[in-house]
Amino acid sequence: MAHDTYTYDVLIIGAGGAGLRAAIEAANAGVSVGLICKSLLGKAHTVMAEGGMAAALSHNDDRDNWKVHFADTMRGGQYVNNWRMAEIHAKEAPDRVRELEAWGAVFDRTPDGRINQRNFGGHRYPRLAHVGDRTGLELIRTLQDHTIHLGVTVHMEHTVVDLVLDGGRAAGALAYDRQSGRFHAFAAKAIILATGGIGRAYSVTSNSWEGTGDGHALAYRVGAELIDMEFVQFHPTGMVWPPSVKGILVTEGVRGEGGILKNSDGRRFMFDDIPDNYKPQTASDAEEGWRYTQGDKSARRPPELLTRDHVARCINREVKAGRGSPHGGVFLDIAWIKEKLPNAAEHIKRKLPSMYHQFMQLANLDITKEPMEVGPTTHYVMGGVRVDADSQMSTVPGLFAAGECASGINGANRLGGNSLSDLIVFGKRAGEYAAEYARKNPAARVSDEALARVERTALEPFERGASGENPYMVQKDLQQVMQALVGIVRQESEMREAVQTLQQLKARAARAGVSGGRDYHAGWHTALDLRNLLTVSEAIALSAIERRESRGGHFREDYPDKAAEFSTINMMVKEGAGGMQVTRVPIPPIPDELTQVIEEQKS
Amino acid sequence: MSAATFKIWRTLPGGDGTFQTFHTEVADGMVVLDVVHKVQAEQAPDLAVRWNCKAGKCGSCSAEINGTPRLMCMTRMDELNLWEPVTVEPMRAFPPIKDLVTDVSWNFRVKKGITKFTPRTPDAPDGTWRMAQRDVDRVQEFRKCIECFLCQDVCHVLRDHGKFDEFIGPRFFVYTANLEMNPLDTADRVPELKHDKGIGYCNITKCCTTVCPEHIHITDNAIIPLKERVVSRYYDPITRLLRVFTS
Ligand SMILES: Cc1cc2nc3c(=O)[nH]c(=O)nc-3n(C[C@H](O)[C@H](O)[C@H](O)COP(=O)(O)OP(=O)(O)OC[C@H]3O[C@@H](n4cnc5c(N)ncnc54)[C@H](O)[C@@H]3O)c2cc1C
Ligand code: SF4
Ligand code: SF4
Ligand code: FES
Repeated sequence: MAHDTYTYDVLIIGAGGAGLRAAIEAANAGVSVGLICKSLLGKAHTVMAEGGMAAALSHNDDRDNWKVHFADTMRGGQYVNNWRMAEIHAKEAPDRVRELEAWGAVFDRTPDGRINQRNFGGHRYPRLAHVGDRTGLELIRTLQDHTIHLGVTVHMEHTVVDLVLDGGRAAGALAYDRQSGRFHAFAAKAIILATGGIGRAYSVTSNSWEGTGDGHALAYRVGAELIDMEFVQFHPTGMVWPPSVKGILVTEGVRGEGGILKNSDGRRFMFDDIPDNYKPQTASDAEEGWRYTQGDKSARRPPELLTRDHVARCINREVKAGRGSPHGGVFLDIAWIKEKLPNAAEHIKRKLPSMYHQFMQLANLDITKEPMEVGPTTHYVMGGVRVDADSQMSTVPGLFAAGECASGINGANRLGGNSLSDLIVFGKRAGEYAAEYARKNPAARVSDEALARVERTALEPFERGASGENPYMVQKDLQQVMQALVGIVRQESEMREAVQTLQQLKARAARAGVSGGRDYHAGWHTALDLRNLLTVSEAIALSAIERRESRGGHFREDYPDKAAEFSTINMMVKEGAGGMQVTRVPIPPIPDELTQVIEEQKS
Repeated sequence: MSAATFKIWRTLPGGDGTFQTFHTEVADGMVVLDVVHKVQAEQAPDLAVRWNCKAGKCGSCSAEINGTPRLMCMTRMDELNLWEPVTVEPMRAFPPIKDLVTDVSWNFRVKKGITKFTPRTPDAPDGTWRMAQRDVDRVQEFRKCIECFLCQDVCHVLRDHGKFDEFIGPRFFVYTANLEMNPLDTADRVPELKHDKGIGYCNITKCCTTVCPEHIHITDNAIIPLKERVVSRYYDPITRLLRVFTS
C-alpha cells in the first residue's frame, strides 16, 4: 500500500482560527509547516462565529482590564477552569486582537476610530471586538489571507483518520484525500490538533458536519487525556422553525443589542430567575436593562445576558411548563426596540445584518417587525484534550492541541466571545511551542506497518458493501440518544441507558458498509466519522455520570446543586486496559494573587 | 409534505455525467440542500456535495439550481415550481470532480498572486491605527464575501471564454478593491490590475452582482472604481493630450 508521504517539522490538523493562527506562528519561527483540513480553506466552523471576540481592550469602557476579564471567565466557568489558561487568555487577548488589524482585519469602529466592542453575556463591560454579526468570517479570512503568503503547505479536503506514535511520541498521521479517496502519510516532529468541536454528536446543533470530535478521538486513541467532557454548552438561542434549520444559531448579539425573551404569556421570564451570584450585576427592571444595552455605564445588564447555561435552562423550563412558542421554543424579540429608537428597523439591519438575512430567507420572517422563535441548541464543548496551559502540549510528547478541541480555559461554561479569543491566544502559543519542540527533537519514525493497519481498518466499510448498516442511520440514532439522554437536563438512569445504547451503536457502526468508488464518497466519510462520534459521546456520558452535581453547562436533575467535593476536581478520561476510564484529577491550587483578583471583582 | 422530482447531476466513471432523477418528499421550510441530503441519506449514499454552515455563511454549497448559480442552503423549496423537476448541477465554469463538487483550486492560486495587505506605520505608539467607521464601510462591504465563487461561475469571461490565465474574475476584483480601499494599505495594485489581472476583459454585464448571495455591489462599488483607477493612471494623460490637440 504505497502512499505519498509528506514530511514537516510541524503538522497542524485543522484550519479554523486555532489551526491558522498556529500555522502563522510556526511558519514565522522558521520551521516547515503543513496544514490539513477537511473542507476547503476558509470554510471551517470558525467562519460561522457571529458575535465577536472577547478582549479587554477597554475601548468602550475604561474600567475594563485583564483582571475583570479573568474574573468573568472564572465565574462563568464556575471556578473549575484551568486558572492559568484563563489568566494567559485575559492578558494576551488584547495583543492578539490588535495584531489582526495589522494583518488586514477591519473591525467596527468606535466614534474615536478604535476597535468597537459590544456587550455579551457574562462579560461585565463591553468587550467583544466585532464586525457586525460576521466576526468569525473576518477572523478566518484575515488569518487565511495572511497564511497563504508564509509558505505553509495546505492540504485541503483531507481527513486524518489516525495519529501514529514513535516510542510514545507523536510522529505522524494518516489521512485520506476526500476528493480521490487515496491515503497520504504525514510525518512530523510535532503535531497540533485544532479540529474544533463535537456538536454533531447531538441532533440539534449549530455545528457543521465537521464537528465530529475528531481531534478529541484522535488524541484519545494515542493515549492522551481528555478533561471536562461532561461540560457541553447548549446555546440558548437556536432557530426552532422551520424543521430543516432547527439548531442554526441566533447570535447572542441580538440580546446584546436589546433583544428580550418572552414566553407565550408575553412575560419576560428571565427576570423571574436570577442566580444569587449574579444579582448585584443584573438590572432590576426592563428600563435599566435597556439602558445597559445602549451603553449607559451606570446601568446593569438585563437578565437575558446571564450566562448561556442559565438562559438555556430557563427557556427549557418555560417550554416544558407549556409556556412555549408554537414550534417549541420561546420568543426572542428585537422588533420591540422601535418603541425606543426612531429608525429601529435600519438600526437592526445594520447591527445584525446576517440575522436579518437568515430569518428573512430561511423562515420568511422579518425580525424588525416580528419576534423570532428560539430554543437551545448544542453549540460548543468545553471539554477536550488536556494540555499544559503555557505550551498547549498534551500528555503525549510532541502532540499539542488548541482551540475548541483543547480544554481548560472555559471550565464548566464558556462565555460568549471567549472562543475566538481563545483560538488566537492559544493557537499562537501552540504554534510557538510546537516549533520549538520540533527544533529540539530529531525526526520521528512513522512505521509502515502502523500506517497499513490504519488504512486497512479505514477501508473495511467497502468490504462490507451496501448490505452493511447504513452509516447515516447509525449517526442519526446516535444523535438522538445523546440529545434525549445526555442533553441539557440529565439524570443518572437516563445516562446509564445512553451508555448501554452507545455499546449497541458501536456494534452497528462496526458493521457499517458502503459501496461504490472511493472518490468523494460521503457515505464512507460518515462511516469513518462514527468511530470518533462514539468515542466523544461515551466520554461525555461517562464523565457526566461521575459528576454528581450541577455546574455550568452540566445540569443534573438528580443533583440540582453545586457540591463542594466537585469544586476542586476535573473529570479526566483516558483509554485503559478495559476501555474508557474516568478518574478525578485535582485542580492545582490557585495562587493568592489570582484569588484576590476574583474576590475584588465579586462586588 | 409534498412530492418533488429532482434531477441531480451525477458524474459517470469515465468523467462524463448525466442527470439522475430522484422522487422525494419535501417538508415545510426545506431548502434545496436539505433535499440533496435527504436523497443522499436515503437513495444515493455516495452522492458528492459540499456544505458546511447551512446558513449562507461559508460559501461551500454553490451549485446551479434550475440553471441559476445559487447557494443550495439558501434556496427555499417553496420558491421553486414543484410541478416541474428541479435541476441541480455543479458550477459549470470549474472542472468537475464528482457530482455537485467542482475543482475550485484555481481561485486559491489566484488569490496568492495578488499583492498582499501592506499597512502604513501605526498611528499610535501602541501599534494601533485610527479609522472612522464611514471610512471602512465600503471595505466592510467587500469583506462580507464568503468565497462561494458563484460570481466567478457566472462571469462569461471565465465561463464562456475560459480566460483563467489572464483574468482573475469578479471575486478577486472585490478582493483587490478591499485591499486598495483599506485606509491603512500602502501598496499599489493598479499596474497588476491592468497587466496581469485582466480587468480590461470585464465589460460590466453585472451578471456577477446579480448572483452574489452577499449582495455585494461587485460591479458598481468594486470593479468600476478599479477600472477608473487604471484609466486615470494609464490613459488619462493621453486623453488629456488628445483634448489639447483637438481643441
Ligand atoms: C454559529 C456559531 C457562532 C459562534 N459565534 C461565536 C462568537 O461570536 N464568538 C466566539 O468566541 N465563539 C463563537 N462560536 C464558537 C467558535 O466559533 C468555535 O468554538 C471556534 O470557531 C472553533 O475554532 P477552532 O479553530 O477550534 O475549530 P474549527 O473552526 O471548528 O476548525 C476545525 C478545523 O479542523 C479540521 N478538522 C477537523 N477534523 C479533522 C480531521 N479529522 N482531519 C483533518 N482536519 C480536520 C476542520 O476541517 C477545520 O478546518 C460560534 C460557533 C458557532 C457554531
Ligand atoms: S460585470 Fe464583469 S466581472 Fe461581472 S460578470 Fe460581467 S464581465 Fe464578469
Ligand atoms: S463576491 Fe459574492 S458571489 Fe463572489 S465569491 Fe464573494 S460572496 Fe460569492
Ligand atoms: S452551506 Fe454554507 S453557504 Fe451553504
